[in-house]
Amino acid sequence: MTDKQASDRAPVNRERRSFLGAAAGVSAASIAPGLVLHQLAQAAPRTEPVSDANRWGMLIDTSKCAEGCTACVEACDKENGLNLQSTPLGDDLEKWQNQRAVWIRKVKLQDNVTGHVTNLPLMCQHCENPPCVDVCPTGASFKRADGIVMVDRHTCIGCRYCMMACPYKARSFIHEAIAEKLTRAPRGKGCVESCNLCVHRLDKGDVSTACADACAAEGHHAMVFGDLNDESGPLRQALQAQPSRQLRGDLGLNTGVRYAGV
Amino acid sequence: MNLEASMAKAIQRGGLVVFGLAGVLFALGVQAEAIGGFVVESSKAAGLDQCVEPTEYMRRNHMELIRHQRDTTVYGGIRSTKHSLEGCVTCHTGHREDQTPVPINADGQFCAGCHNYAAVTLNCFDCHATIPTGESWNQAPAAGHGQPGDQDLGQVPAQVPGHQVQGPHQIGRKAGSAFALVAAHDYVAADALREPVGARSEPVIERAEGEPR
Repeated sequence: MTDKQASDRAPVNRERRSFLGAAAGVSAASIAPGLVLHQLAQAAPRTEPVSDANRWGMLIDTSKCAEGCTACVEACDKENGLNLQSTPLGDDLEKWQNQRAVWIRKVKLQDNVTGHVTNLPLMCQHCENPPCVDVCPTGASFKRADGIVMVDRHTCIGCRYCMMACPYKARSFIHEAIAEKLTRAPRGKGCVESCNLCVHRLDKGDVSTACADACAAEGHHAMVFGDLNDESGPLRQALQAQPSRQLRGDLGLNTGVRYAGV
Repeated sequence: MNLEASMAKAIQRGGLVVFGLAGVLFALGVQAEAIGGFVVESSKAAGLDQCVEPTEYMRRNHMELIRHQRDTTVYGGIRSTKHSLEGCVTCHTGHREDQTPVPINADGQFCAGCHNYAAVTLNCFDCHATIPTGESWNQAPAAGHGQPGDQDLGQVPAQVPGHQVQGPHQIGRKAGSAFALVAAHDYVAADALREPVGARSEPVIERAEGEPR
């Protein structure tokens, strides 16, 4: 008798459970929207296409960027498999250093009058109006809805027009076949590539980049990654707290990466 | 009499021919059956009932599924559906006796085995990894097989004891800090080829006073 009652109730219980679950989700979202949504995003890989609700960007405080420190560059190389490139046989090492793909470079600026030296990491600035996308003849260079400028390697023909168009020298060309590839960072001969703000992390719901993490781990905290659209987020807070500018702001590209102290 | 004898002979011959043809067809049939067996014994797929879709469907349409998923992933950022190339590699990579993975496009392995037979050139692996490296960003292949979707690539398939996937994330990401993630990489050989970045000739951009920054 009790067994029968229990089995009769089973489907009802399931409905009730799912309803209660949904209700709990709704109330939790309304109580603490920012927090809960963030946790949901952390929990699972993305199932909906990216939208312009987010615009990913970064603030780099050059006063905190240490001379001689290359933590961000090395972290980027490892995260995106750039350290797996091998020197072509018989190639001059210096030539290779200029040819190999890099997504982020340390650049040193010197003011000739005062002699003041500024260090900064320079990568794809993820422009709102990216010149690389404008010039791409095949549409391979594109801006994702959430503001990340990327290359669709399936469509890239390796003409390198985008490399010419980029004011930041952010893009690299893969000249040789790559023997070892990472699952998260496909790479092959004949395509252009550049920083994609660790898009594989974002798509998994992990809002971080390898460079910013490495910078923080070194104790410099010169890079803040986040959502430019999220007014209460860490990036907007940091941008609000100090003056910052776009590199080559005169070009009107509205870059996603901003710099303080230059 | 003669006529009857010759007719009987003709029938006999015809019968032989028919029998011979049947034999050839039978042999072909057996061969065709054998062609199906490209799933590598030492792969995770060998222990599963079927692929993410029924086998017959996958044989004919896997390329369409992969291509569709490709655009979904590149433009939409969706890495959670089950029809990913990464899923193919994760599941179908064979392993040597010492449990190291064999590239999936190596001779006789899952992709190359069939593609060589069908004489269809495969260029996915010009760019994509041929062995599972790093954490599985796409958890759905596992979920598609009714396994826990939350598992890491490093998880041991039942028939491959001690299977280790090389890569940082199984060590780093779950361990917590981003620094552990960075430190977990160990590409000594590749790093040794490279000078420290600071030693490179970095551009010193010099500015005159009053020049727009």
